[in-house]
Amino acid sequence: MRDVAIIGIGHTKFGKADKNQLELFGDAAAEAMEDANVDRKEIEALYMGSVLPMFEEGQGMPQVYATSELGLGHIPSTRFEGACASATVAIRDAYMWVASGQFDIVLAGGTERATIMGTPFATRTFAMGGLAATEGPAGLTFPGVFAMAAVLYSRFYEIPLEKLREKMAYVSIKNHKHGALNPLAQWYKKYGDLTVEKVLNSPKIADPLTLLDCCPFSDGAAALVICAADVARKYTDEPVYILGTGQGTGGALARLEDFTKPPSRVYSARMAFKQAGLSPKDIDILELHDCFTSAELIALEAMGFFEWGEAADATVDGQTDLGGKIPTNMSGGLIGKGHPIGATGASQVYMVIQQMRGAAPKGNQVDPVPEIGMTDTLGGDFGTLCHIILGRTRR
Amino acid sequence: MVGVDPTEIEKKIKSRYVLTFSDYENGLREGKLLGLKCKDCGEYTCPPMIVCQRCGSSNVEKAELSGKGELMTYTVIRVPPEGFEAPYIVCLVKTEEGPWIVGRLDYDPEGVSEEVLGKNVKIKGVFAFSDKYSGGEHVCPVFEIS
Repeated sequence: MRDVAIIGIGHTKFGKADKNQLELFGDAAAEAMEDANVDRKEIEALYMGSVLPMFEEGQGMPQVYATSELGLGHIPSTRFEGACASATVAIRDAYMWVASGQFDIVLAGGTERATIMGTPFATRTFAMGGLAATEGPAGLTFPGVFAMAAVLYSRFYEIPLEKLREKMAYVSIKNHKHGALNPLAQWYKKYGDLTVEKVLNSPKIADPLTLLDCCPFSDGAAALVICAADVARKYTDEPVYILGTGQGTGGALARLEDFTKPPSRVYSARMAFKQAGLSPKDIDILELHDCFTSAELIALEAMGFFEWGEAADATVDGQTDLGGKIPTNMSGGLIGKGHPIGATGASQVYMVIQQMRGAAPKGNQVDPVPEIGMTDTLGGDFGTLCHIILGRTRR
Repeated sequence: MVGVDPTEIEKKIKSRYVLTFSDYENGLREGKLLGLKCKDCGEYTCPPMIVCQRCGSSNVEKAELSGKGELMTYTVIRVPPEGFEAPYIVCLVKTEEGPWIVGRLDYDPEGVSEEVLGKNVKIKGVFAFSDKYSGGEHVCPVFEIS
């Protein structure tokens, strides 16, 4: 396996788009190719995350038309679907193909246009990521899954639910604070001054989660140019290397039992750490899958950044903010930046690389510039987990 | 003539499921909670799969579970998928036999609180749903507090 680098990044404004999802991907991919100083003729394959294009725009095979849209010729193009982790799975496979020596330069990323479905239909189609046969008739939604996670967390760690809600609110306050500073975020300049009371008193979505505990429905795309490390410096002075990746698979939510300790995430994160030869204490910045406030706590613990049951207090204590033990979601995360599900994994990698270039917005930039970063992306109710560890220097 | 006699290929066509999901749903409609018992590890699987959900063995037999269990967690869904009417309570129940299963809780969504956690529950019926994406009608158990 060869070493692999990311040499170009592109990212649309997240929110409600006035372009179709192929055009959104076109914008992100064109920016990534410009950033990498590569010509479209040098791209040898496309790996694209995309979750619900048939429901959103009646569009099958979006990877084909995205490739055509960009004038990339007849190169292989493949779509990856792992619900909200789709783009990370696409990036991981792109990495594998380059590492194998099959290709030198490829494009990877993802796109989604969820807002056009409207909330009831978007809630219906998102819920298809659960096991349809059992969770479907029950009418379980994704906010519902993470609401039940919060209740379990409260029970198992003996934190009264009202007290836990207050602690969870600090995730929303932090991620909205940083989202409000990020011009690419859906909630740029919107919710930068939340309080615990505002989070607790916003409308209930799935008890005990309120609207401000939840990420929004979003449109957007992000893309990366991925390249063999040996040729990366021909294109850029600031390649970022892929040091490790992991992927794990869950199953029906009920069969996971105590899903505050999701085994698929533990499996995937350990795979990534093992490949990189690193551990949580080596990570300087983390972009993780905070689809809901409770989800951020679960992720921090399952990846090993905190002991089981300790992430809530650590968050209140500021350990996941700038200057803390592990700055987490300094982009705003899914809650503050938005969550175009097919694009999110690529957006997370974009935001880590932006940090490594010292190019994050004022108020979000980690100082000193992070050397090693990690992304965590969750698809479905712990069905697909995928992790990427990035570094500014080769191993 | 080269090739294999088609009857040799036909002989290999058979179901390897002891209990299908359709059998499971039909059981629920009749008030029975069906699953599998593993002849290797002794644990239960519910709803059924092709193998034991604990140890992965395919040495499993059909079993009827009691339909009773403990309420582990719940939520009140207030923003539902298209086709559902909110509010309603979704819950996870740990059955007496071990497996956790998802269902509805028959309880006032405006009056429910953490007090219900850990309570003994039993299946009282089913909730049925179908739309043009669901592949026909499907049912989930509805639980009541014992």
